[in-house]
Parts: sequence; C-alpha cells; structure tokens
Amino acid sequence: MKITFKLNGENVSIEVESYKRLIDMLREDFELTGTKEGCSIGECGACTVLMDGKAVNSCLVLAAQIDGAEILTIEGVNQGNNLSDLQRNFLTHGAVQCGFCTPGMILSSLALLNENPNPTVEEIEESIAGNLCRCTGYKQIIEAVKATAEMSNQKLRNQSA
Amino acid sequence: MKNFEYIQPGSLNAVSTLSKEKFVSSHLFAGGTDVLGLMKDNIISPDRLINLKNLPNMDKIVYKKGEGISIGTLVKISDIAENEDIMNHFTALAQAAGEVASPQLRNVGTLGGNICQRPRCWYFRGEFDCIRKGGGICYAYEGENKFHCIVGGGPCYIVHPSDTAVALTALNASIKIHSNGTMKEIPIREFFILPEDDPMKENILEPGEAITEIFIPELETGKKSAYIKLKERDVWDFMTVSIAAVADVSGSLINNVELAFGGTAPKPWYDENINKVFINSKISDLETNVKKIFNDSELLSKNKYKLQLIRNLTKRILNNFSA
Repeated sequence: MKITFKLNGENVSIEVESYKRLIDMLREDFELTGTKEGCSIGECGACTVLMDGKAVNSCLVLAAQIDGAEILTIEGVNQGNNLSDLQRNFLTHGAVQCGFCTPGMILSSLALLNENPNPTVEEIEESIAGNLCRCTGYKQIIEAVKATAEMSNQKLRNQSA
Repeated sequence: MKNFEYIQPGSLNAVSTLSKEKFVSSHLFAGGTDVLGLMKDNIISPDRLINLKNLPNMDKIVYKKGEGISIGTLVKISDIAENEDIMNHFTALAQAAGEVASPQLRNVGTLGGNICQRPRCWYFRGEFDCIRKGGGICYAYEGENKFHCIVGGGPCYIVHPSDTAVALTALNASIKIHSNGTMKEIPIREFFILPEDDPMKENILEPGEAITEIFIPELETGKKSAYIKLKERDVWDFMTVSIAAVADVSGSLINNVELAFGGTAPKPWYDENINKVFINSKISDLETNVKKIFNDSELLSKNKYKLQLIRNLTKRILNNFSA
C-alpha cells in the first residue's frame, strides 16, 4: 500500500508492505539508521521517534499507521550542520556514553520540551520513563534536559530584553 | 510476522462484515501496541487487520455535567490522563491512565484497546500450549505463579492486566458495543468473564462486534474516586496488585464505597460483599475490617503475598479519602 507522510520536514511517499513496521521502513527504506532497535516490544524506548509531536515506539507502530502523519527522527533534530542545544547538552553533560539509547532519549525529552519549556525534574523523569539507559544512571540525561530548558529560557529573556 | 491484509474501513457495518468473513481470520486494531506484540509472539496470526482509526467520532471526550462522560473507544490513554474533566470528576480513571506503561505507549494506545488487551501471563505469552491458547492445562497452576490470580481462577489463573478497566469497574462505567448493525450497552461489571465461562477469552465480545464508546455516569454528590497501583518497578510495569475506589467518606466515617481490584483475578474484581464490609464503618476499624476480605482466596504456591498487599492497599486508599 502507498502511504504519504512528512519525514523530518519533507513530504514523502512510499509503497510499503502491510506488515512492515515503522522502524524497518525508516532504517531500510529511508536509510535513517539513527533510530535504534533494542527490545522490539516497547520496553526500552531505543526506537523512539516523534509522531505528530508525540513520542512513540517505532517498533510497535506499523508503517501503514503513519499515513498522513508527521514523523521526526534523530536525523531531523540537528539544525543544519549544527547540533541542537539539546544534543550539545547531552554531550557536555556526559549523557552520551555507549550512545545506543541516545536518539530515543533525545526524542522523548524533545517531545517534553516542545510542550513544556520549563519542566521540573519529576516531569523530565516521567518523560523518559519509557527509555532505558544502562550506562549513565539517568542523572546526566536529566541534567542535560534541564540545562537545555534553562538555555532556551535565557535566550527568550535576552530577546525580550 | 507473516503477511496480512491491512484495512481501514470507514463504517462500523463494514467492520462487522469484514471481521466475520468466512475463511479469513481477522483482528480488530486501534493503537496496535498489544496486537503487534501478540503477532510477534505468534499468539495470533490474523489474515487481516482491521484498523478502526477512520471511523468517525470515536476519538472524542464529551462531558455533560450531571449526566456523565462519554469517551470514544479510540481516545488515546495519554489524552485520558491529561483531560481536565476526567481528572476532576473521574479521578480514578485519570490516575489509572497515567499509570499505564510508558509515555510512548500511552501516546499510541487507546481506551478500547487497553480494556481489551490480552493477559501478560508468561505461559500465555511464551511457547506453551496452555489452556488459554486451546491447550489442555494451565502451566501456572503448579508452575511460576507469582503474578497470578488469588480469586476467580480455574481452569486458567491469569490476572487481567488493564489499569483503566479496574478504574472503570469501580466507576460503574458501561461499554457501548456495535453488534452487526445494532448498538448495545453493557455494564462493565458484566463485560469481563472468568475462565470458568470461557478460558480462551477475557470478555463477552464476539466476532463482528466492536466497542464504540465508554460511558461513566456522574458520581453522586459527596463521592470521590481514586486509583492506586503497586508495581515492582517505579515506571513502566504492569500491576502487581491495584485498587480503584469510589467512596463517600466524611471525617472518620465511610458512608459508602465501591471497590474494584486489579492483579487479583482474571477480570477486574468487583464484589458487593467486599463493599458491605466497609459501608458505614469507621476508618479506625480498617485494620480489623480488611482481614474480612479475600478470605475465600485460592492462594497458589508463589502468590500468597498478594493477599497482604491487597488488604494493605485497601486500607491505604480508604485512609487517603479521610485525610
């Protein structure tokens, strides 16, 4: 079946088999291998992408289900050739260690920051509750998200000053 | 996964016809998070998935003060957890929805799908020819039964996994079902079934039927509701045991209460006799009164701890109402 959707800001159309999962279509057909497959059953969150702004597990969504939707993967998070503030803060805060959970972590926290520019630590914890990290112990990730929120609020204050 | 046909019909009658077609095994599909898991584990292998997402008006929440709230079957779990009318007037349901799985799964999963999800029993999900899959025995009965039921079991000993179903049972919701061209409404307390009625399904839905809406009547003045879930991990886990209560508590007196229990039985457990223990009782007598409930439990070799947990949880939720 043919589906049409927006992928990282671009309109795309593709013929997909009914049994193809979103993650397989992203990795195999669009060669966007930043999205990782961990557990395949919706527990680890490594495959997280944003669908219409909401974090979803791309291993538990059929490609056919995203017809008409807007999908954002880690490849669409950077700004041109530059890393986004969130990505850079992940690096500077030591939130990237083995890196396997990173794309999913970034997309889950991006979904939060887009909806809530001033999250509390509890809200950050809740937003990444569906993403497992076996290296960091989560603290550095939470700090990176907090720092990003503070940076963007500082930017807003500078603009209005 | 084997290949299958994927259809998005635009009407309920088309859903009925498609799902009853002879020689084609069909499965209804909404968010798909449970159905895809079942297909990956080869527990079901339908020839056809019928996605309900193009059906009109099934993703709406409509609250009418004094009457109640209607929640479409396709409403996302995350939207239920964050809906102000549900948080304010049907608190137990918002709390239960907020406890479901992870943010990613709540963003995709629907209310209809949540109450129709299949059990998590590891024998059912694993490669065992168990009674729920048409086999001869329940492997949990003499096997690893730490998470299995303490009441209502036999010949299969699953627990029902849905958080929202427990809240909806306490809230006395009703389920609106499209059945081959006509609509019917079933109280949720009659929607779920026990293994003794049919060990291969968890509810009364028949092929050709689909849930369209869940309705919760407005609570009477003075009543409030709450949901508490105990799980082994802090996040993203199914219940070990859970409880939902709709109660009218003034000071230290419980005037009225309706309780529903999760993680204890093959369906959300509701028993008028349990309510009676607490109606017109004092908060200060909870310690003695909780010992009167679940005395008829059939405890298995590894789930005895659940009895103490469920009694303590009952104490905690009723105490919270008086605080």
